Amino acid sequence: MSGVVEHLVPATAVLPSAPSIRTERGQREVFCGLTGIIWLHRKIQDAFFLVVGSRTCAHLIQSAAGVMIFAEPRFATAIIDDRDLSGIADANDELDRVVNQLLARRPDIRLLFLVGSCPSEVIKLDLSRAALRLSRSFEPQVRIRSWSGSGIETTFTQGEDACLASLVPDMPSLPAEAPTSLLIVGSLADVVEDQFRRLFDALGIDNVGFLPPRNSQELPAIGPQTRYLLAQPFLADCARALEQRGAQHLPSAFPLGAEGTMAWFAAAAALFAVPQERFDAVMAAPTARARAALQPLREQLSGVSIFFFPDSQLELPLARFLSRELDMRLLEVGTPYVHRSHMAPELALLPADTVITEGQHVDNQLDRCRASKPGLVVCGLGLANPLEAEGIATKWSIELVFTPIQGFEQAGDLAELFARPLTRRNRLVV
Amino acid sequence: MQLTVWTYEGPPHVGAMRVATALRDVHYVLHAPQGDTYADLLFTMIERRSARPPVTYTTFQARDLGGDTAELFKSSVRDAYERFKPQALLVGASCTAELIQDDPGGLARTMGLPIPVIPLELPSYQRKENWGAAETFYQLVRALCLPLAPPPGTVREPRSADRRPRCNVLGATALGFRHRDDVREITGLLEQLGIEINVVAPLNAGPSDIRRLGEADFNVVLYPETASPAAQWLQRTFGQPMTRTVPIGVGATRDFIREVAALAGVEIPPAVLQGDSRLVWYSRSVDSTYLTGKRVFVFGDATHAVAAARIASEELGFKVVGIGTYSREFAREIRDAAARYGVEPLICDDYLQVEAKVAELQPELVLGTQMERHIAKRLGIPCAVISAPVHVQDFPARYAPQMGWEGANVIFDTWVHPLMMGLEEHLLGMFRNDFEFHEGAAPSHLGSTTARANPTEVVTAPAVVELQSQSGEAASEPQVQPAASGPTWAADAEKELRKIPFFVRGKAKRNTERYANDQSVAVITVETLYEAKAHYSR
Ligand code: SF4
Ligand code: SF4
Repeated sequence: MSGVVEHLVPATAVLPSAPSIRTERGQREVFCGLTGIIWLHRKIQDAFFLVVGSRTCAHLIQSAAGVMIFAEPRFATAIIDDRDLSGIADANDELDRVVNQLLARRPDIRLLFLVGSCPSEVIKLDLSRAALRLSRSFEPQVRIRSWSGSGIETTFTQGEDACLASLVPDMPSLPAEAPTSLLIVGSLADVVEDQFRRLFDALGIDNVGFLPPRNSQELPAIGPQTRYLLAQPFLADCARALEQRGAQHLPSAFPLGAEGTMAWFAAAAALFAVPQERFDAVMAAPTARARAALQPLREQLSGVSIFFFPDSQLELPLARFLSRELDMRLLEVGTPYVHRSHMAPELALLPADTVITEGQHVDNQLDRCRASKPGLVVCGLGLANPLEAEGIATKWSIELVFTPIQGFEQAGDLAELFARPLTRRNRLVV
Repeated sequence: MQLTVWTYEGPPHVGAMRVATALRDVHYVLHAPQGDTYADLLFTMIERRSARPPVTYTTFQARDLGGDTAELFKSSVRDAYERFKPQALLVGASCTAELIQDDPGGLARTMGLPIPVIPLELPSYQRKENWGAAETFYQLVRALCLPLAPPPGTVREPRSADRRPRCNVLGATALGFRHRDDVREITGLLEQLGIEINVVAPLNAGPSDIRRLGEADFNVVLYPETASPAAQWLQRTFGQPMTRTVPIGVGATRDFIREVAALAGVEIPPAVLQGDSRLVWYSRSVDSTYLTGKRVFVFGDATHAVAAARIASEELGFKVVGIGTYSREFAREIRDAAARYGVEPLICDDYLQVEAKVAELQPELVLGTQMERHIAKRLGIPCAVISAPVHVQDFPARYAPQMGWEGANVIFDTWVHPLMMGLEEHLLGMFRNDFEFHEGAAPSHLGSTTARANPTEVVTAPAVVELQSQSGEAASEPQVQPAASGPTWAADAEKELRKIPFFVRGKAKRNTERYANDQSVAVITVETLYEAKAHYSR
């Protein structure tokens, strides 16, 4: 074996045999982008998220989080009331007052996000201007940025996309002559991030940054020699912002499952011309562990049919993992949105006859789901119990966003998430 | 604009959903963006309902805003009617749709559906969940019953002697705190009194049941928060009187029986009035001596808070040191109750303010909502839940009403459970220097893992979702620190203080400091400690 690592999967251009995508419109049963605050505030530990919205927005976040009450959470809502709407109070003055109140209370905060919502957008409250204005009073102590998680513009995980995009202009610049650097984009659990760092080190790739950083003061640098590798599949706007800063996309399948993770590292290794031998040596042990962990789960899940309702945009990579590494049968893969070029490597790996639905008409989709007699359904919290009550096994999709599932060491855990509902059903005799 | 960390109530359309979901054969078309569909999980996850709420959301997007959101609304109504074939339709807007002013009521009316269409105007930027539920129930009752109403001014005919008295039981909704079981308990009690149940609503009632509301002699209002406006309208329109007493606790249940019997014109069998709640004896048994004077803080919706305070004070012998509610609509009830117990009322829906109040009062037991459960957990104070908002474990599998005799039993058990058992507390006092009886010791029946929360520990409590924080561990968050001002403690006085059993130590410390303050003593000595003790025990 010699030479350097090459891409395992074709970079762009959907293969002729790639599955086609059907688009559907109707009632969507998906959270809005505000939901991302739940994991983002755990990730960036000196940031505060202030939603400017309605009581509905506040209620959404607390319901989706299951009211995980931390001492005092690093998120809150500035609830717009009728005084702001009728013009009795100037909404901008009110916002300044709330921000002052908040920052006085939380001197530990270094980065404040003003997060837009449907109501703030419909009344055209310009949060980017508000952020500029407030920055003037609070920088350098606190940086104030804005993004929108509104349900009229974003679904669920797109909130993270908008949040990360808002950080891109603040990333330090690398000069044009800087050596090639790698930027990993998309929030990963710290434990996963640490594993990835160790693997990059072992491959001899040391020029790696992560966005988002754990601390807002440690934004990675970016320049024309930066190649970004997506760790999450829902980062369209952020990718665009990175390209405006000169970075270039390094296409790859996503690091879910042993195969996906291997492809992902191979993309990085190819960029840095890592010798094939070294690559194989580094990957050998973790791949073997992942395969061993997957083996018993493959026995259990092989042949089981699965139906995805749209939720996190993780659906295509998950479907690829489940079908290729666990031999599950894909009935329908619903996803809120398909980014054709970011998804090209995934589409290329999916069975050519995969039924992919983009968008949603929840009632029609439920009809199709029931008719297809699925062995397992991946869906949101609103649909899970009703389907279970009809005798259909379900896996809550939200858990896939909150649990560390990326990388070799988590491949078994990821498969286990799908196996658990079935195991449980087998166990119960009531 | 109001800075809000956690909210006690959702927006008013969630109240409307609680009514719609409780009903049968009614569908609700809500003009709302996709994120608002989160509300479904309140019912399917927290209440573990086995069916989706009967709600269609239009889920309009930004790109629809320029175009025709009104047309989208109409096609959603059409589809919902065809698919679900409801007997009545509720239509309305969530906060965002309220701003785009499509007038869902007007649009739906033009569609000529062959069923009653009830428009809901729920001002999202002024009102909240309970108000929304009450308004929805009222609008529904009015729309369905008005055509059957007698001409205004008609005097209700007295019930003929050969017919049993009949009542409606109003207010129970989906996602209500123990509503399912309260209805069973109270309908059973009413039947023991020889009173027939005409209709229970909204829980499990269909439009045809609602139309029969006028046939009852009177209305039992179980939850004024949701049923008052409808009951008042029925009183005006059909001349049906309504009950005022909410039967939570032994005393209130007895009052309720008397009130109902008077409205129904029936004799009360003495055994029924006596009831068979074990609370009465349990509270008099010697073990309960140790409950005497326990300082409790009460917070919740007004109905449950007022009832809890009465039980705490009259039936368990606690001392109410604070009472409050998040529902401004019922501020008066809470002010009256606060006056009865000689405490300041707290009318507020700011979680942080409630937390500060609890920290200040240092009660020995908190009776509150799931928010107070978190506050209490953090402050290391025992807590029991008495009111919505509640979480999944407050929808227990077993029969666990709050109302009536069995409700009193349930309340006795749930409130006393988090406390030290009487004898145990006594032993702790006697052997306070024994290594196994240290202050961190938890009540033995709660197991070692529930040792009094270390106040610097962060409590993460995933509920619906088993959240694994991405960092793999809970990050530490700054704590609310009580202001450290006032007199200082001399070392020997502090040592002496530590000899006082921990469960009264907080009080001793506060009293001594207050005494020192009043006497302008800067350094507290052992002397000061005992002077203060003597002062306060006079
Ligand atoms: S969909 Fe819009 S209004 Fe609803 S919670 Fe999300 S941002 Fe708020
Ligand atoms: S699970 Fe957590 S959020 Fe839910 S009630 Fe319990 S402590 Fe509160």
